[in-house]
Amino acid sequence: MTAPPHDSRGGTVRRLSVKALTRVEGEGSLRVRVADGRIEIAEFSIYEPPRFFEKLLVGRAIHEVPDIVARICGICPVAYQLTACHALEQALGIEITPGIRQLRRLLGCGEWIQSHALHVHLLHAPDFFGCESGFTLAERQPKLVEAGMRLKSIGSRLTEVLGGRAVHPINVTVGGFHRSPSAAVVRELLPDLEWALGHCLDLVNEVSRFAFPAFARRYHCMAVSHPAEYPLNEGRLVSSSGLDIDASAFPEHVSERQVPWSTALQSLLMPGAQPYLVGPLARLTLCHDRLPPAARAAAEDCGHPLPLTNPFMSIVARCLELAAAFEEAAAIVRSMPADLGACRVAWTPRAGIGCHATEAPRGLLWHRYEIGADGLVKAATIVPPTSQNQAQIEADLRDLLPPLLGADDTTLTQACERLIRSYDPCISCATHFLRLTFDHAGPRHAPARTSPERERGIRA
Amino acid sequence: MTASPDTKPRLAVFAFASCDGCQLQLLDAHNQLLAIADRVEIARFLEARSRVLDGPYDIGLVEGSISTPDDIDRIHEIRRQCRFLVTIGACATAGGIQALRNWGDVDAFLGAVYATPTSIATLATSTPIADHVPVDFELRGCPIDTGQLVEVLTAVLVGRRPRVPGHSVCVECKERGTVCVAVARGIACLGPVTQAGCGAICPAHDRECFGCYGPAESPNLVSLNGFYEQRGAPRDHLARLVQNFNPWAPVFRAEHDRLVGGSP
Repeated sequence: MTAPPHDSRGGTVRRLSVKALTRVEGEGSLRVRVADGRIEIAEFSIYEPPRFFEKLLVGRAIHEVPDIVARICGICPVAYQLTACHALEQALGIEITPGIRQLRRLLGCGEWIQSHALHVHLLHAPDFFGCESGFTLAERQPKLVEAGMRLKSIGSRLTEVLGGRAVHPINVTVGGFHRSPSAAVVRELLPDLEWALGHCLDLVNEVSRFAFPAFARRYHCMAVSHPAEYPLNEGRLVSSSGLDIDASAFPEHVSERQVPWSTALQSLLMPGAQPYLVGPLARLTLCHDRLPPAARAAAEDCGHPLPLTNPFMSIVARCLELAAAFEEAAAIVRSMPADLGACRVAWTPRAGIGCHATEAPRGLLWHRYEIGADGLVKAATIVPPTSQNQAQIEADLRDLLPPLLGADDTTLTQACERLIRSYDPCISCATHFLRLTFDHAGPRHAPARTSPERERGIRA
Repeated sequence: MTASPDTKPRLAVFAFASCDGCQLQLLDAHNQLLAIADRVEIARFLEARSRVLDGPYDIGLVEGSISTPDDIDRIHEIRRQCRFLVTIGACATAGGIQALRNWGDVDAFLGAVYATPTSIATLATSTPIADHVPVDFELRGCPIDTGQLVEVLTAVLVGRRPRVPGHSVCVECKERGTVCVAVARGIACLGPVTQAGCGAICPAHDRECFGCYGPAESPNLVSLNGFYEQRGAPRDHLARLVQNFNPWAPVFRAEHDRLVGGSP
C-alpha cells in the first residue's frame, strides 16, 4: 500500500489503493495518488464485467421486459421492473388504475425496506462501531442487528406477498399484476408494519447520535418529485438548481461519459458537466416536506438540521426513509379494499416510445424504450443511480483527503472506503449499461488490460 | 468435514458477472446461517465483511459467469484454493442471461470484444464455471433458493450428498394444487422441463414458468414444444422462452437453435 516516498522529480508521492472494496454491492476498487500534498488522482473504479443489457433487450417481446430487467440487480429488481412497466405502458398508451398504482407503491416500499435495512445494519453500521462486518457487529450489538434483520424480513415478506418472490419477483407485468394479490394476506402484515414504524422512529434517534466524520458538502441534488407524496414511483425530475422537467427531457440535461478506469458510464449534469447527487440524501434534501407525518416529525427532531449535507450521515436518511416506507405501507394496507378485484389492464402491441423515472433505493432510475408495431423492443436505454453518483463520489474523495493527509495510509484508505460505502453504490447495476464504441478490427479475444491496481488471482 | 473448535471449515464466496442476487440470498439466509456460522469460518465474503482470510478454503461458493479473459485466470486460481467448489445460480451454472451474447451477430456482438479507446476486455461468450474448471456441485436458480443453499452447505459440512430434487416444476404444481396453466388455459409453460426448487410460483400466479432453475432431469423439449405449436403458440415465442436465464444450458440451447433453424 505504501509507495516510495519520492518521485523522480524529488517530490513526495503517496499512493493509496483498495483492490476490492468490501461491504458494497458488486466489485469496485479505489485508487488515489497524492503528490506534494495535492490529490492528483482519485478514482472510484468499477471493474465488474459489463453485461450489455440494453443490447440483450432488443428483439424481446414487451411482456418479457420486466422479467429480464429484474436480473440487472439482485438488490433492487422491483425498481427496474416498475420503471420498465411504466415506460412501456406509456409507449402502449395505456393507463393503470389507481388501485394498481397503490399496489405498485406498496411493492416499491417493500424493496426500499429490504435494501435500506440491509445496508444500514449489515453494511454501513459496522463502520460506526469499529466492526469489520455485520457478523461481528451482531456479537457486540445483537439487538440492533436482530431488529434490523426483522425489518428486512418484513420487507422481503411484503415484496413476496405482492410480487410472488422476494428477489426477482414474478408477479409484476406490463399493465399491472399477473394475479391480484389477496387483500386478506396483505393485511396480515399490518401488525408487523406498525411495529416496524415504531422501531424505525427509535432507530432514527439512535443513528442520529452516531459519531460522524465532519464533512459538509454543497451537493447539486436531483430526484423524482411528486406534489403530494415522498418520491418513489412517479413524478417530475427536479434539482437543487431549479430544474423541473418531464422524464422525457432527461437526456437533454444529463450527459454520460466513459472513463478509462471504469466499466460503468459516469453521468454529468449539463450545462457545465457537473457531478450531481441522487439517492436518499438528495431525496431528503428536495422532498423532506413530503415525508409522511411521523417520519417528517422524526426528521425534524433528529438533532441535525435539514437538509443533511454530510454523506456519512446518509445512514440517518436511510433510517428516515425506512420509517417513511413503513408508514406509507401501513397507510396503503389500511385503506385497501377487502377485494382488490382485477389488477391488470389489458393491452395490445403497437409501435411507440416511452420513458419513465422512478426512485430506486439508491436514487433516480431512468428507462426509455422504443417498441415496434410487432410488439418487440427496438431500442432500450437505462441509466441507473450508481453511475449517476460516480462522478460525485470522486469529487467527494478529492475534497475529503487534503485535511487528513497527516494521517497514516491505513487511516486514509479507511476514510475513503467509508465514504464510498456511505453512498451504498450498487456496482452490479452500474456496469450493465456500458455503451462502447467497438473496434471491429481488434483482436477477438483481446487480453485484459489489467490496470496496475487490479490484482490478478482470487483477491481481485 | 467435521468441525472442531480450533479448525472450523473455511467458507469463501466469489463473484463473477451476475446481479449479486444469489449472494443476497446467502445474506438473507442470515438466521439459518447463524446456526451454520457456528460451525464454519466465513473467511472471505467481500459483500458482507471487510476481513479477508487467505486460502486455501474448504468450501468455495461461486456466483456469476465467465465473461472476461481475466475471469478465466481467476477461476483456475479459485479452483486451486477450494477443496469443495459449489456454483450458485443460473449465471454460474448456465452462463446467465448475459450468455445471450453467445448468439450475437457479428456486428452487434462478435466483433464487439475490444473497446476503443479504453481497452475494456470482454470475451465473445459468457459461459458457466464448469466449462472452465471441475465443479463439485451446481446449485440452480435465478435466484437460488435459500433453503436449498442451506441444505447444500449442511450436506457438505456433514459429508453427505445434498438432497436437491431433479424433478420438474410440474411436481410442485401438483403438490400445491395449482391447476395446470398449459392444459387448462393453453399457456406455453416451461414447467414440464424445468427443475423444481422455486415452489412453482409462476403457475400459481396464473402465468407460465420461464425456466429460472434450468432443465429438469430427462426433459423432452421437442415433444413439449410440438404440443404447444399444435395449440397455436408461435415458434418465435417458444424460442424466446428458452432464452431467459439459462440459455446456454445444453438442452435449452439445442431447442432454441432447433426452433430458429440455426446454430450459434
